[in-house]
Amino acid sequence: MSLQLEQSPTTGDEVISNYTINFGPQHPAAHGVLRMVLELDGEVIERVDCHVGLLHRGTEKLIEHKTYLQALPYFDRLDYCSPLGMEHSYVLAVEKLLNVAVPLRGQYLRVLFAELTRICNHMLNMGSHVMDVGAMTPNLWLFEIREDCLSFFERASGARMHSAWFRPGGVHQDVPQALLDDMGEWLEHRLPQLYEDALSLVVDNRIFKQRNVDIAKVSKEDALAWGFSGPMIRAAGIPWDLRKSQPYDVYDRVEFDVPVGTNSDCYDRFMVRAEEVRQSARIMKQCLRDMPQGPVASLDRKVSPPKRAEMKQSMEALIHHFKLYTEGFHVPAGEVYVATESPKGEFGVYLVSDGSNKPYRCKIRPTAFSHLQAMDFMCKGHMLPDATAILGAIDVVFGECDR
Amino acid sequence: MSEVLHSAPRCASNEGRLAALTKALGKKVVTAKEEHGEIVITVARESLADALRQLRDEHEYQQLMEIAGADYPQRSERFDVVYMLLSLTQNHRLLVKVTAAEQTPVPTVTTLWPNAGWLEREVFDLYGVIFEGNSDLRRILTDYGFEGHPFRKDFPLTGYVELHYSEEEKRVVYAPVKLPQDLRQFDFQSPWEGADYALPGDEKAAAPPPPPPAPPPAAAAPAKKAAAPRKKAPAKPKGDKA
Repeated sequence: MSLQLEQSPTTGDEVISNYTINFGPQHPAAHGVLRMVLELDGEVIERVDCHVGLLHRGTEKLIEHKTYLQALPYFDRLDYCSPLGMEHSYVLAVEKLLNVAVPLRGQYLRVLFAELTRICNHMLNMGSHVMDVGAMTPNLWLFEIREDCLSFFERASGARMHSAWFRPGGVHQDVPQALLDDMGEWLEHRLPQLYEDALSLVVDNRIFKQRNVDIAKVSKEDALAWGFSGPMIRAAGIPWDLRKSQPYDVYDRVEFDVPVGTNSDCYDRFMVRAEEVRQSARIMKQCLRDMPQGPVASLDRKVSPPKRAEMKQSMEALIHHFKLYTEGFHVPAGEVYVATESPKGEFGVYLVSDGSNKPYRCKIRPTAFSHLQAMDFMCKGHMLPDATAILGAIDVVFGECDR
Repeated sequence: MSEVLHSAPRCASNEGRLAALTKALGKKVVTAKEEHGEIVITVARESLADALRQLRDEHEYQQLMEIAGADYPQRSERFDVVYMLLSLTQNHRLLVKVTAAEQTPVPTVTTLWPNAGWLEREVFDLYGVIFEGNSDLRRILTDYGFEGHPFRKDFPLTGYVELHYSEEEKRVVYAPVKLPQDLRQFDFQSPWEGADYALPGDEKAAAPPPPPPAPPPAAAAPAKKAAAPRKKAPAKPKGDKA
């Protein structure tokens, strides 16, 4: 070997061993409480050992001790960046066991707000991803859109984040027409203006591309084997979107395109999300246009409660209301696995019912688990600062990962 | 299955799939059923890896989305381990199930899908199911040094220990859990359906029927005799009264 390794100036230090550092659990780029033990060779990552579970709250165990309706708000607190996306899987799982029909307006409202949630989620993720690799401004600009989304949630459900608005059988309450009008106006003017403005700072930015292009490339085979879903699998070039392939609610009545990546790197993941926001806006416009009038929740009084006005007149309505909010409804025994396209990927609920008013077992399939597990092979051979870009492009939220 | 009213995800039809898969898997299948639109195939534990390999390679179930544990303490093999498979090409989902006891290891599927590693660790952590061949079976969700398997049905909801910051030791320490008031478990189930306790007063119904109103001991002995000459019987009380 012609190249002579430089001798260490200090004695007894000839062997350069790998360097192990601890990333997190309190680290701004860890997007929550992730602890990664990184084994470095110089500045190149050799091995990543992710330690998750620091935010484990035992949600699934708690749900076993609650009625089906009481269990619902726990889902808001899983992925607190896209609360309604989490609720969607759960209510569909309960409805599948009950085999209860949801009125069309209820389905449209759910799709409308699920897509608003997607926009809201992507604003946070894209903004923080950009910030992780060094840019400040787009994050602030995108948060303005997020703020708009949150105020829409507030106007619909009364809560900015933890809405608990989707219910088995439909949605909790109808929305005022003024909210839908404002939403239409927002989608037409304010959203595209703010959004395209913020993106114009990023997408062709030289530094942003240097930090993201060709980082953490994943082949199609690897994406399948590691159980990728959502933007992660689409960026790998596989056109797989549950809204398209396994439509639920009224996704089969709306038109939208599924963006797919070509290079399967962090930049593609970002751009897939960037396009998804535009598609979500398109879906929302169609929902606003096509949404019929009518009830927003099932009229089956054994599942969804009566309106308050009805309770003033009808004894039976009063009894139904009382029974639904104390005992809750009984769900036929059986087991289902229902997965929906949450903003982060496939979010599934495996629900086992024993025929009583409480779930016997409710297993939540987080999106982050498979993606985070792939950190090891995605980071291998990349530099330490790339780890933050990879993590940002995965879009993890630990409320959901650790449950 | 009756008419589908719900609006849950609609994937490719289950038509004929259950029979085809059961036939293909042959002896590996223990039971197979289709309920609520879900195909659930229970396979023998020792042939799990083979069955899943066959499903992946021959029946196009490319992705393992999830492994769920479930605990049924009244059974001899108390745990269910459920594998959720997804076929992207056929647009179909399948649930494959094995049962396990605390001491019976389940063969690992990390050889088939690399993402099974964490999923198996989670089932091990929360239920204590052992996966044979998983080289990295550490706890994943619970705290470092946690004891027990919290999702078992016999593990209390409150747990056994709680954390607090100790001013003396200058660190967070564990202490046995102390509840200022009992954990409130309300039971709103209708007592006429579903409640698993006896209502006050109902224990009388469950008890063996009380013996017929006991005749006085003297009359009890010649009861057989007295049965035949029935007409005489009413006469006796008369005599008593007199």
